[in-house]
Amino acid sequence: MSLSEDEVRRYARHIILPGIGGDGQRKLIDASVLVIGAGGLGSPAAMYLAAAGVGTIGLVDFDRVELSNLQRQLLHDTDDVGRPKVDSARDRLTQLNPNVEVRTHPVLLSSENAFDVLGAYDVVVDGTDNFPVRYLVNDACQMLGKPLVYGSVYQWEGQASVFLPGPNTPCYRCLFPEPPPPGTVPSCAEGGVFGVLPGIIGSIQAVEAIKLVLGVGESLAGTLVLYDAMRSEFTSVKLRWDPDCPVCGKHPTVTELIDYEAFCGLAPGQAPPEAERTPSAGEA
Amino acid sequence: MPVTVKVPTILRTHTGGEGRVDGEGATVREVLDDLEERYPGIRARLVTEEGALHRFVNVYVNDEDVRYLGALETEVRDGDVVSILPAVAGG
Repeated sequence: MSLSEDEVRRYARHIILPGIGGDGQRKLIDASVLVIGAGGLGSPAAMYLAAAGVGTIGLVDFDRVELSNLQRQLLHDTDDVGRPKVDSARDRLTQLNPNVEVRTHPVLLSSENAFDVLGAYDVVVDGTDNFPVRYLVNDACQMLGKPLVYGSVYQWEGQASVFLPGPNTPCYRCLFPEPPPPGTVPSCAEGGVFGVLPGIIGSIQAVEAIKLVLGVGESLAGTLVLYDAMRSEFTSVKLRWDPDCPVCGKHPTVTELIDYEAFCGLAPGQAPPEAERTPSAGEA
Repeated sequence: MPVTVKVPTILRTHTGGEGRVDGEGATVREVLDDLEERYPGIRARLVTEEGALHRFVNVYVNDEDVRYLGALETEVRDGDVVSILPAVAGG
């Protein structure tokens, strides 16, 4: 299908760009990407995906906008405080690009609903803020055969990678086979996060998601990019596929979705008991 | 062997806020033992009581994960960079 006159004008800089062109722009328009977490990482990721013309963008978030979110979560405005994040995010994205269909999923992801929510999308972007959902999303993407664009931030440091389905290419569990015990890793609400940092990492996630849709370039699969904003330093390390990985290894032991609160001892968004924070159920 | 150890934000409480510290040893285990002498408590954040690396922390020598080299017995050379990478979940 060809592009409309409006689309040709809107996406002119992509259409003339080697690596995208008219055909690539059509792929973006026909694509669907799910962004998990409409927060620090999800904001730039979803906004760039919408601006790029990704035809269908799904947003998963159970939270409402809080004033303390606005230092970094550009999807939401001051007037949005108290609104469901998926609602204010949908408004922002639709304003940015009315051609984009925004589907909202105001749910907590669990083993019950993860396949249903993730199943309809081509690519998944993980911008959540807690370990149980990160493991759940990783496992679900491996089982569904979906590429997962990973990003994570803490204080002044962030990391990003791409986990492709199947063996011979690493997944999140190959990187970190087990989540840390509850209470040993502070959340952003406890440790703070530099507001621009998720802007950088979430933008990298948008880049990788768009490249996966286009099928161009080298993806971050097999590479973990690390950014230290304080030191102005980008480094990367190699990720290896773990043949003993419980999900994507030679003999998988995790073959159905598990609700990880059970062994993490920490519900999504819930802080360790000693933490002083406002409870919130979405991304930091 | 003198090496540089990159310390992630989460563990900088042990190093007085330093993100890079010098380390000394012939293997990763010796380097971590050396750190423990100067920064008490840091080893337990990385190594189990049984003496293996925690499954939620990765250690790299230059850009290679030591789990795919010799784990804690991985040898280090003069000038190597040992990076500690814990799982973080913020979004």
